[in-house]
Amino acid sequence: MIMLWINMAVALAVAVAMALMLSRLFAGPTLYDRVLATNSFGTKTILLLLVYGVLTGESAVTDIALLYALINFVATIAILKFFRYRSLEIALAQMSLRRAIGGGDDE
Amino acid sequence: MIDMIVTDPTLLIEYTLMAMLLAVGVAIVRLRDLFAVVMLLGVYSLLSAAWFVSLDALDVGFTEAAVGAGISTLLLLAAMLLTARSAEPVSAIRHWSAFAVALAGGAALFYAIGDMPAFGDPDAPANAYVGLQYLERTQADIGVPNVVTAVLASYRGFDTLGEVVVIFAAGLGVMLLLGMGGRKPRKDGEGEE
Repeated sequence: MIMLWINMAVALAVAVAMALMLSRLFAGPTLYDRVLATNSFGTKTILLLLVYGVLTGESAVTDIALLYALINFVATIAILKFFRYRSLEIALAQMSLRRAIGGGDDE
Repeated sequence: MIDMIVTDPTLLIEYTLMAMLLAVGVAIVRLRDLFAVVMLLGVYSLLSAAWFVSLDALDVGFTEAAVGAGISTLLLLAAMLLTARSAEPVSAIRHWSAFAVALAGGAALFYAIGDMPAFGDPDAPANAYVGLQYLERTQADIGVPNVVTAVLASYRGFDTLGEVVVIFAAGLGVMLLLGMGGRKPRKDGEGEE
């Protein structure tokens, strides 16, 4: 019973953190606030799923949460890369090189 | 409320997810900044994926997370960069007419719920005819514990392969029509909002 209340308290705390992230996502004001809020919101979603997995005793939820973590990370990188270079075709390894030459955006 | 939480502790999580889905949906409609809308659509997909998981639909949740939160966010972002950064205000009458259409559609769906068989009803079509065969024979035939996955990837393997071919052909057609990498990037306004 104690464990149940602890789990519920954790779920509630994560939910409050999610609501805070949502408010930042709604208000903005800059692009980077929103990207950061989205990434952080994804992390909290993963935490909430894990709490759910502990509550129900389903271990499969852990695998799903891991996959969400991967997708969340890759999506954040992709969004930032897209905004900097307007294309996903440039390899990450070439990016610093291009910026150093100063030809990053106008090729 | 407290009793409900003790008997089914996951209810609170489901209600939280649904409340946040509602808030995000309202924000998507209200906001004019398209970048924020794209981000919120990604968040909406992630939330609904988590909700699917809480409904024990792990496959659907995973697909929703990969497609909705991953790929479609990027596609919408790319589309947004080719057009405008913010939406023009829509007149109130169009808002309300769209709301009326959505309301009518939702009401029709709620009306249809009444005709659905009860959850777990042994006489329901899903539990009475061919579904039982799948449940009985999947373990022996294929050996995959998840019956939905077994049906999708093995019993209907050729069907799924055909769908993949169709999607591939559609993607190829779009690529041929739009061209890939031939477009010069725009020089104005890089990076910032």
